[in-house]
Amino acid sequence: MSDFFSTLLDEFPQVRAGLWVTLQATVLGALLALVLSFVLGLMAGSRLLLVRGVSRTVVEFFRGTSLYIQLFWLYYAMPPLTGYELTPLLCGVVAFGLNYGAYGSEVVRGAINSVPRGQYEAALALNLTPSRRMRKVILPQAWVQMIPSFTNLLIQLLKCTPLLWLISAADLMTVIQQVRDRTGETLTAYLTLLAAYFVLAYALTLLMNLLERAAKRRLGLDTGAKSLFKSRTATTTVTGGTA
Amino acid sequence: MNGFDWNAAGEALPLLLEGFRVTLLATVLGTLVAAVLGLAIAVAGRAPSKLVTVPVKAVMEFVRATPLLVQLVGAAAVFSSVEPLTIGIVVLGVHYATYTSEVYRAGIDGVPKGQWEAARALSLPVRRTWQAVILPQAVRNVLPALGNYAISMFKETPFLAVITVQEMVFEARKYGSEHFAYTEAFTLAGLVFLVASYPTSLLMRKLEKRLGH
Repeated sequence: MSDFFSTLLDEFPQVRAGLWVTLQATVLGALLALVLSFVLGLMAGSRLLLVRGVSRTVVEFFRGTSLYIQLFWLYYAMPPLTGYELTPLLCGVVAFGLNYGAYGSEVVRGAINSVPRGQYEAALALNLTPSRRMRKVILPQAWVQMIPSFTNLLIQLLKCTPLLWLISAADLMTVIQQVRDRTGETLTAYLTLLAAYFVLAYALTLLMNLLERAAKRRLGLDTGAKSLFKSRTATTTVTGGTA
Repeated sequence: MNGFDWNAAGEALPLLLEGFRVTLLATVLGTLVAAVLGLAIAVAGRAPSKLVTVPVKAVMEFVRATPLLVQLVGAAAVFSSVEPLTIGIVVLGVHYATYTSEVYRAGIDGVPKGQWEAARALSLPVRRTWQAVILPQAVRNVLPALGNYAISMFKETPFLAVITVQEMVFEARKYGSEHFAYTEAFTLAGLVFLVASYPTSLLMRKLEKRLGH
């Protein structure tokens, strides 16, 4: 038991580097996913059939094919086909971003649709341009509704980052498994790894709760400090069709 | 730079479909485990004693917030004598049970309070209250949500390849490395997933609409 933890401490620089890879993949992947969510989500609300169709096709494609296959395709299949090679970390960021962007676009679409109809009409009556209507009236209200679902997706994205180990990026999982191989303490190693992910997930949840509170305050809603510690993994994210 | 080799694709497809049978088997059995265990967790979560509900919730939160891949690889390493497919089905089932339990919970919460009161007024024992009154009403509404989790589990079955379950992605990797045809193998595997999961998700959406969600 103590053998594992003393080796873990000895290897601290590697562990820190592994943690850094995991965090980078999570945060950069999430940022890419966020951008794509808005692009695809807003496109899904377009009046033009072509724009809607493109968004639907992209979303169904990335939700329908498994993330695992997308990641492996980028890492193994793309280089011989195109001559381009991405670093493992970048493969991860792109695959996570595309996959969760597709799921996130449903969140954006749903949240925009759930803003009461009267808000659109009021903005129209005030003669706001479509882009100001979206930015000043619709999105600030929809944003509050999006955050809990985005939190769920973020945790799910974090939970996918151990896949990086399979495409030889030295993430947290890789590093801790190396320590396990050295010490032979399998159970301790995996429990430590699970605990590490649990702590990361909870930390991300707290951050997202802060963000939600700030967004609510802007709308004049205050929820008090208690809601900050609520674990968001408790809600389900099935948004129409596939989960 | 060798482009897409159609011959290799034609050769890989039967192998992939062979693996696909295992993929489907794991999905169906994993969903069964998740459906049964999820119900058990949801019922246990409503137990009158905190001695039951608190540990159940804690374990559930932990399982849900941690990566499936780590759980799989960890379980396979700790129980190294157990067959990989069995481990895969159990771990998938347990992981998804923490989600399905939430679905059941919502279904149980949706049963009107009067039904509990009526059952008590008839002095039904706890067991009969659940069996004859609450569950028949709660379970009907959760089917579409369970279906969605089945689809989502289906898309995570490739993780099983890591613990050497010979499902489709395992075959794709094997073929890819033997013939140096990763492009063909993984492209086809992705398409098979798309072809299988898209109609299913359309079907689920229809079912959801019919049940008025």
